[in-house]
Amino acid sequence: MIAESGHYALVLALGLALIQSIVPLIGARLRDVALMNVARSAALAQLLFVGASFTALVMLHVNSDFSVANVYENSHSMKPLIYKITGVWGNHEGSMLLWVSILALFGGLVAAFGNNLPLSLRAHVLAVQAWIASAFYLFILVTSNPFLRIANPPIEGRDLNPVLQDIGLAVHPPMLYLGYVGFSISFSFAIAALIEGRIDAAWARWVRPWTLVAWIFLTLGIAMGSYWAYYELGWGGWWFWDPVENASLMPWLAGTALLHSALVMEKRNALKVWTLLLSILTFSLSLLGTFLVRSGVITSVHAFATDPTRGVFILLILCLFIGGSLSLFAGRATALKQGGLFAPISREGALVLNNLLLTVACAVVLFGTLYPLAMEVLADFKMSVGAPFYNLTFVPLFTLLLLAVPFGPLLAWKRGDLLGVTQRLLAAGVAGLVVIAIVWAWTRGGSALAPLAIGLGVFVIAGAATDLAERTGLFRLPVATTLHRARGLPRSAWGAVFAHAGLGVALIGIVCETTWNSEYIATMKQNDVAHVAGYDLKLDGLFSRQGPNYREMIAEFNVSRDGETLSVMTPSKRSFTTRGSSTTEAALLTRGASQLYVSLGDATAEGAIAVRIYHKPLVLLIWWGPVLMAFGGVLSLSDRRLRVGAPKPARAKQRLQPAE
Amino acid sequence: MRRMMLAIVTLVLLALPAAHAVQPDEIMSDPATEARARDLSRELRCMVCQNQSIDDSDAPLARDLRLLVRERIAAGDSNSQVLDFLVARYGEFVLLKPRFERQTLLLWLLAPLLLAGGGLALWLQIRRRARNGADVPAPPLTPDEEARLAALMSDDAPSR
Repeated sequence: MIAESGHYALVLALGLALIQSIVPLIGARLRDVALMNVARSAALAQLLFVGASFTALVMLHVNSDFSVANVYENSHSMKPLIYKITGVWGNHEGSMLLWVSILALFGGLVAAFGNNLPLSLRAHVLAVQAWIASAFYLFILVTSNPFLRIANPPIEGRDLNPVLQDIGLAVHPPMLYLGYVGFSISFSFAIAALIEGRIDAAWARWVRPWTLVAWIFLTLGIAMGSYWAYYELGWGGWWFWDPVENASLMPWLAGTALLHSALVMEKRNALKVWTLLLSILTFSLSLLGTFLVRSGVITSVHAFATDPTRGVFILLILCLFIGGSLSLFAGRATALKQGGLFAPISREGALVLNNLLLTVACAVVLFGTLYPLAMEVLADFKMSVGAPFYNLTFVPLFTLLLLAVPFGPLLAWKRGDLLGVTQRLLAAGVAGLVVIAIVWAWTRGGSALAPLAIGLGVFVIAGAATDLAERTGLFRLPVATTLHRARGLPRSAWGAVFAHAGLGVALIGIVCETTWNSEYIATMKQNDVAHVAGYDLKLDGLFSRQGPNYREMIAEFNVSRDGETLSVMTPSKRSFTTRGSSTTEAALLTRGASQLYVSLGDATAEGAIAVRIYHKPLVLLIWWGPVLMAFGGVLSLSDRRLRVGAPKPARAKQRLQPAE
Repeated sequence: MRRMMLAIVTLVLLALPAAHAVQPDEIMSDPATEARARDLSRELRCMVCQNQSIDDSDAPLARDLRLLVRERIAAGDSNSQVLDFLVARYGEFVLLKPRFERQTLLLWLLAPLLLAGGGLALWLQIRRRARNGADVPAPPLTPDEEARLAALMSDDAPSR
């Protein structure tokens, strides 16, 4: 019954989405308020029904109803409750249902909190949202129905892939989806603007909070996924330039560019056409990512969801939306006139440079991901593009970008004074140089690039601090005035400071981890001691233990430094009987921002075990950086100017009613 | 999306029976040659994996390749000779950093070309705008918005 209800709710949601796709547009054409308002109620009802459908699937998984194919294939009655719930989106069908649920959530949020939008704009935005939703509901119902029953229900399920039985699955996919489905809102706003042929600074102000929300989630989602890979995979890698990762990085790069160009548009009414294009591109890249992963086109050998019908269906959706929106853009964009003149050296100019570099970086990732595919199909030439390629192409672009970051916020709008800004950044530059010298002297030779990169990171952080000091008059004005000014500073300014500093923090983490990572790989017996980066790890012994749906072998290490015992680390290997596969659970010991990382390999017959021990200096900075960036985003979002549904004067609201 | 997750899935599916990237028994006795082997390994693709280097991969094939690389190094090959040997055997697919040649021209030149092209377009735009930079008025407000604007203007002071 639950499965059928869920299925039925999804069909109803499709019906509502179809209504929402058409009726508001007719309403906007006829200037009929009632018809335009259909969008609002339809979006809310859609959210209700998709929510019901999603809840139904969750209940099926929690109840371990193995008569449903999706549950049978991805669950097990002995699985802990949390993984029964997260297992809902640990598979193709469920993850698509999560995708549309989040799409409906965003549609519902616009409907509920979009009261400050002009009626026709809201109608158009929600209609475009419904086009996307209809396409994906159809996709799910036709090719990936999660509610299909099995004629002869088995007694036990096949269990979820063990690697996914981790708290990471609870957080990472929903975050990532909130990020890149969230960009559908800016896409819908862009299409609505093109249909209406009107776009202005107010549009940018409305679209920015939505873009910011999506960006915050995407930032956290990517960082979370990276940390998950780091501790789960067992060799401490955290970014692989894998097509699957690239698919999430591309919308992030484009979305970051979009955030910045929308800023120019809001403040200076310039870059309108470009901002529209970026809104379209960002969501197109999200769709492309969905296609790449869902169709299995990238993983020709180990296709996870290789089913050509699915791939072709998503490809059709992709062509329809990307092609359609770009044609609309090509046809209408010229009619939108640019405003707001600015000199090349200005805040706008800096933001344009930011956009240029981010877009080129995004294009590099896009090409790197698709080029091998294209060459294989077109030229019958099999090739690979991996980390060494991106290190040579992506990294220089980001270096340029990071060099420019501190200058941007200090330049004035319209016409800036580069010399003056350079002078104000002198302290930050000196801080960077001093750090370079110290690191250089400390590491004695070695890689010359590492100290330079760390210096750059310090420069970015110090540059962000300079921005803050300049705005609050720190050291120039009395402390009380500074404090007063700091309190009066817009939250968005604070946000920019934190987000930019986060970049520097992440850079330092990345450089330290890759340059000074120490590793120890050996086969150890009981009472053997490994010496890694000043730590002594003594293998106390091996134990085995029975978990809820796995058996695990645990190694116990006694960690000490200079004879002083610090902690006990217990890495383990888990064997899952149902799937016959195993996972490694690395043990992590955090010391400040650095970590000691121990993971287990295979045991030998003599009771020894292969062990990998790493010391990763300042590795946590890699993820603290994005967390800082996201925190900056949250601060900026809480800026009164951008607050979604910011309170308005009551009288104005009342007078607004009859005007509609 | 479950991008990272998928990467992990593929990995683990490959990792049966679970082994780990570089194994203790593979390591060469001389740290200098071992470092060379590791550096080379990072540039070589494990061909049954999804964009993973043989240095990271758990797959049995990756182990074979790692051993092969070390064998060649022990036999006195230079780094480029090792790479040539592997390319001759497995094709360019094995290189994670594609060689600069006819088929990969566009890939390698993309970033500089785009930067130059973008820069040029911006410069032309600035010049054109500087010449005829008259600001075009925004489209007129609808009656709706007029009324709303009036409402906002009439009592905006306390709210802002």
